[in-house]
Amino acid sequence: MTTTMPIGGAATEVVVAQVIEARSPWQLAWRRIRRDRVALISACYIGLVVLLAIFAPVIAHIVGHGPDTQYLQTGLTPQGLPRPPSGTFIFGTDDLGRDVFVRTIYGARISLLVGAASSLSAVTVGVAIGLLAGYFGGIVDIVLARLVDVVLSLPFLLAAIALEVVVGPSLLVSIFVIAFFSWAAVARIVRGQTLSLRETEFVEAARSLGASDLRIMVIDVLPNLAAPVIVYTTLLIPSAIVFEATLSFLGLGVVPPTPSWGNMLSESLGFYQVAWWFIVFPGVALLTTTVAFNLLGDAVRDALDPRGDRLLAAIRKRR
Amino acid sequence: MTAANGADGAGAANGADGTRSLLTLTDVVKHFPVRQSVVQRGSAAVRAVDGVSLSVTEGETLGIVGETGCGKSTLARCASRLYPLTSGRIDFDGQDITGLSRRQLRAVRRNVQMVFQDPFSSLNPRRRVGSIIADPLVIHGTVPRAELRARVQELMELVGLNPEHYNRFPADFSGGQRQRIGIARALGLQPKLLICDEPVSALDVSIQAQIINLLADLQDELGLTYVFIAHDLSVVEHVSDRVAVMYLGKVVEIAAAERLYAAPRHPYTAALLSAAWIPDPDQATAREQIVLSGEVPSPVDPPSGCRFHTRCPWAQPRCAAEEPPLLPAPDAGSHLTACHFPLAAGQTVPPTRSTL
Amino acid sequence: MILFLIRRVLLGALVLWIITVAVFVLFFVAPHNVARLLAGKQASPQTVALVAHRLGLNRPVLDQYGSFIWGLLHGNLGYSFYSNEPVTSLLASRIPVSASLALGAAVIWLIIGVATGVLSAIRPRSFADRTATVISLCFYSMPPFLLGILVLYLLFFRLHLAGVDLFPGSGYVSLTSDPVGWAQHLILPWFSLALTAAAAYARLTRAAMLDVLGEDYIRTATAKGLSRRRVILRHALRAALTPATTQFGIDLGILLGGTVVVEQIFGLPGLGYLAVQSIVTQDLPVIIAIVTLASAFVVAANLVVDILYAVLDPRVRPQ
Repeated sequence: MTTTMPIGGAATEVVVAQVIEARSPWQLAWRRIRRDRVALISACYIGLVVLLAIFAPVIAHIVGHGPDTQYLQTGLTPQGLPRPPSGTFIFGTDDLGRDVFVRTIYGARISLLVGAASSLSAVTVGVAIGLLAGYFGGIVDIVLARLVDVVLSLPFLLAAIALEVVVGPSLLVSIFVIAFFSWAAVARIVRGQTLSLRETEFVEAARSLGASDLRIMVIDVLPNLAAPVIVYTTLLIPSAIVFEATLSFLGLGVVPPTPSWGNMLSESLGFYQVAWWFIVFPGVALLTTTVAFNLLGDAVRDALDPRGDRLLAAIRKRR
Repeated sequence: MTAANGADGAGAANGADGTRSLLTLTDVVKHFPVRQSVVQRGSAAVRAVDGVSLSVTEGETLGIVGETGCGKSTLARCASRLYPLTSGRIDFDGQDITGLSRRQLRAVRRNVQMVFQDPFSSLNPRRRVGSIIADPLVIHGTVPRAELRARVQELMELVGLNPEHYNRFPADFSGGQRQRIGIARALGLQPKLLICDEPVSALDVSIQAQIINLLADLQDELGLTYVFIAHDLSVVEHVSDRVAVMYLGKVVEIAAAERLYAAPRHPYTAALLSAAWIPDPDQATAREQIVLSGEVPSPVDPPSGCRFHTRCPWAQPRCAAEEPPLLPAPDAGSHLTACHFPLAAGQTVPPTRSTL
Repeated sequence: MILFLIRRVLLGALVLWIITVAVFVLFFVAPHNVARLLAGKQASPQTVALVAHRLGLNRPVLDQYGSFIWGLLHGNLGYSFYSNEPVTSLLASRIPVSASLALGAAVIWLIIGVATGVLSAIRPRSFADRTATVISLCFYSMPPFLLGILVLYLLFFRLHLAGVDLFPGSGYVSLTSDPVGWAQHLILPWFSLALTAAAAYARLTRAAMLDVLGEDYIRTATAKGLSRRRVILRHALRAALTPATTQFGIDLGILLGGTVVVEQIFGLPGLGYLAVQSIVTQDLPVIIAIVTLASAFVVAANLVVDILYAVLDPRVRPQ
């Protein structure tokens, strides 16, 4: 392609080689992630788990066992104890003769669903509140910041317990509870970032152009928050998954017979002396999924912020 | 404070020679409260701008110079109503814009725009350049969506940028180019007045010349009025018709550019000029430099009387007691000086200590 | 400085007050039938009415809140519905257990976490650092309950089978009666609780330490001729500790959550165990008391952390 460049005082037609296209920060981040092997492996693993979760009924059908069905004849030993892993029961059975493999896969559904739903709601609420508090300052900020402090001061498990006692355990309540305790940390970070972004010259310039507050918040401030918010979300998902498992473990989340890794592990406590597979498989599933999300989150953070700039340092310091 | 304003007086809609005054500042004061501890009931304030009266005629370029901290940037932001005034009055194009609400100001903003100092932070790094330049057009709805791109590219060409680059991010441009983007953004609404807050201070010297020439060309082409703020005297001399010198929140001298540079009457102006960079090494060594003693006092607690008296080599007791008003020179009504003992032409050597 | 303290204390009191209001609203005013809950599912309407009357649920709301707060301030937390003991004495017997667990774990995790982080940062990318990072990641992703189960299984059960009875599987021995027994019974719970957090803190401290070591003032110190050890201990450590300190404040709530789970797994008769029990028996006064107490603890601890932070980092102190 040709461009006109002034050379020697006169405009001259010069043939320039194919111009290198400028890349946006997102494209650069994407390339960095693509090169990170650990990130790719984690992403693939998560993808696998997601697929398994989505096709759980299909898999159950193929294996021939339902998640809640008690196979009292085939699933238990003559003494009534769970069977170890075998050809028919890949992961063995539990104390009620149910197929641990199928249950584990169904448990993935719960974990992923709760993890994703609660993280997304927490981030949405947290960003909105943090943005409002940081941008408007004054009384709005004071009130909202106090609210954030209160929520952060609540010992979450105990308050979750309290809430569930009142309302009763269920999937929806789990999502709500986890989201309720997660949004405050997001809000705090977003508020901090917004406070410093508010003082930048480009926000001043937008004001001098006559832009409304809403426009400035959405078009000027929000895009600069995208990177830390994305990183925090990917790190929030594994903690939401763990939180859900803990709630189910205590009987406050998903209740049996619906399988969740948490309640499976809780049941396993009574049988671990005789059935190691009952602990191991859900436990490994939980651990590997969490590790995969954490690794991916780290990789995303490194990709979006290779030099360690100010914005993402806030995530690390979480203040 | 009795500022006996001359031709650039308060409320005058016309300048000395009858041309229209586009922007008039009357006794503009801007204080920033400094919060003392809760116990101390202090109400100390940073007196950034402490009573400035100016007017800018249509089509001219008014330069404002001063050291860092003299209040010129604050004055710029007050003039464009980015800051609310502590007291005083601003008239733009015959309309009092001092107390207008934000919504009312929107209409005014179409005619008054700012160009900011730092090309690296005045553009949102996460937005594409085309979107940044189109911002004013979108906000005020002056251009229909279908024509936006064409108009943006037109503006880019006007300031000397390649219109094909409208989809790039600010990081892909050099400092000088980014400043051009800022200028393009400011021109989008075809404003009458452009307030430039140190537009070239952050650029390399060679680029500074390009941007200044661009601004001069644009002024001719589009009939713009400029308020040009800088701390570099040579830059200001080149572009301005008139120059105002600020010190510690007040205007100490204001005159046509050539007059100011040839025969300054205020000691501070003389000191600034004597420290300015002269390309000819022989001339540079030959001149007498006026070296000011001490540091710039804090704007929280400015000196009594004439604010400059603590550093002025010509200071007299009267200077500490009484604040000098801006008065016209005997031979030129438009040359105002705030000094009890203004310098005579050519008087550049300060008296030695013993004569005081 | 004194002013800062006073403000912080007042703020803490405000937060605590808001929490009591929230707890009250949750249990007494929220749209459900508290009396019905308390009376049990099989109760007849007359019993429910009786219970409601006994609880004073027919009184005006503010009145109820008033007596709630009154009781709170006087240390009268009501009586357990289950055992009819005064709640205060119930709590009093459990507090030492939970305190031993929580504080012991906190000490362990801080020491291990910070030490690992610092040592990793000193020799970045060395073999030791890389192993530590991988191990940290595993533990970081493992929630206390999972770790507790694994620890119980491996270090108690398996060893038990092998004839090694090093760690008891459950129970608590008070410190005053038998210090050695006390520690022995608590070691497994301590590590279950501590290792997850230790891993998190190791990561945090490592990142912070690396940041600090890259700063110019450290290079100046080394250039001045100070020994590397001195540089690290005197200058870098202080700055690197601040993120860990702030994180600790946030983590206190999580610590309490972990305590609940660990007590459950190891059969320690602490507050967490009591809380879970109370949920099963729907013993409302106990639950309310525990939630309030725990929140107060978190608020107080956050206050201490804030003060500590101000001591460590003079920039935070208000001018």
